[in-house]
Amino acid sequence: MRLVAEPIARLIEELNKLPGIGPKSAKRLAYHLLRSSDEEAKALAEAILTLKEKIKLCSLCFNNTDCDPCRICQDKERDHSKICVVEKPSDILPLEQTGKYNGVYHVLHGTINPTQGIGPEELKIKELLTRLKDGSVTEVIVATNPNVESETMAMYLQRIITPLGVRVTRLARGLPFGAELEYADDLTLGQALENRREF
Amino acid sequence: MGTSRNYQTQGIILKQTKLGEFDKIITIYTPEFGKLRAVAKGACRPKSKLGGNVEPLTHSLMLLAKGRNLDIVTQSQTINGFLALKSDLWRMACGLYILELIDSFTVEGGENRPLFDLLLDILNQLSEPDSNETVLRYFELHLLHHLGYRPQLHRCVSCDLPLKPVVNFFSPSKGGLLCPHCNSEEDHRYEQIEAISLKPSLPLSVGALKVLRLWQSCDYATARRVRVKPELSWELERVLGEYIRYILQRELKSLTWLKELKKEIAAM
Repeated sequence: MRLVAEPIARLIEELNKLPGIGPKSAKRLAYHLLRSSDEEAKALAEAILTLKEKIKLCSLCFNNTDCDPCRICQDKERDHSKICVVEKPSDILPLEQTGKYNGVYHVLHGTINPTQGIGPEELKIKELLTRLKDGSVTEVIVATNPNVESETMAMYLQRIITPLGVRVTRLARGLPFGAELEYADDLTLGQALENRREF
Repeated sequence: MGTSRNYQTQGIILKQTKLGEFDKIITIYTPEFGKLRAVAKGACRPKSKLGGNVEPLTHSLMLLAKGRNLDIVTQSQTINGFLALKSDLWRMACGLYILELIDSFTVEGGENRPLFDLLLDILNQLSEPDSNETVLRYFELHLLHHLGYRPQLHRCVSCDLPLKPVVNFFSPSKGGLLCPHCNSEEDHRYEQIEAISLKPSLPLSVGALKVLRLWQSCDYATARRVRVKPELSWELERVLGEYIRYILQRELKSLTWLKELKKEIAAM
């Protein structure tokens, strides 16, 4: 015998598939939606549907967008001679929030992972090289995650881009704000020390 | 391990996979417990105390707590981060290949201290600026030895007679060399079932055999002094590669990338 009505059970099951949502949270959310007004529930359902309908990839930078080229690529105010390379679309937002970057982006959609068989062909690297061909780009900023796989990719990018006469830079590595020196790993601390700056 | 819930071990991180939003499952190769998997909680958080200490290609000292399913890494300190290795694309690719080899050949829980010592030694050697492909071949050969797949290089694996200094044939399925006579008999047998194209044995020159025999019996310091010509190096790579592929019954993914990278470097 079913303990809850089928529509509720179905919603709980679907919500349970979302990251970070366990069976308990899923149940709470489902009952919350049941109690909320029709408009609210419809707005949520519609938002999910339009998301899937309207969002596609920008033909230039491969970021998620509802217009092509995306708003960042269209923006004439931005500095199109700088391209910041990121692994996934969600990496762009934190970089934008810093308010310190005025160039454009390129999303690779993954990272080279030799042990999982993900090579350069699986990523949008060819497309990046095409963007660099006309010579208007002077700097590529590699903003990949500081871990072994992404490090491999950063070195690979540097190897293939430098011969094109484009400056390749990368995000600095060091201690995050609020961290403790005592617990920092050697790699990070070593690099923080190497790349120290004048006050 | 004692009765305590906590235990300490050193180990080399082989790989990591994400678990949920902030946690990681790491695969560690340890001297005492062989390969083991453990959860590094919160390792993806920016302020994590584990973060950089549980990245692949790191030799760490770890404190683990017994878990219901997987053990949990509670503390970790890097002994050697192999920084020189990680700052060079080619050596990094070699390092990842070595880790994948260990991961593919071992099962969880099988203690093998000589293999751990070999892994640690090879990663240290690979961090040296003048390391070359000999490191990989030496590692492959000794990995096979420590896992019970040591290739027979002195006697024919079929007739058991000592091998003569002529071109002999390496048979991956028999785990050693066939003399020309036994090899032609093998050929004949495969011809009878019309499967000669499937015959796996490879010719091995006298020079390559000499190098393999020496490497099998010497330490790395001696092995690295051997100057190997490009044709010979290619022959050794092929023979050991085929043997490993035969045992694992698949191509290693990081090897495909290593080969591509080699081609690209040669082209530049």
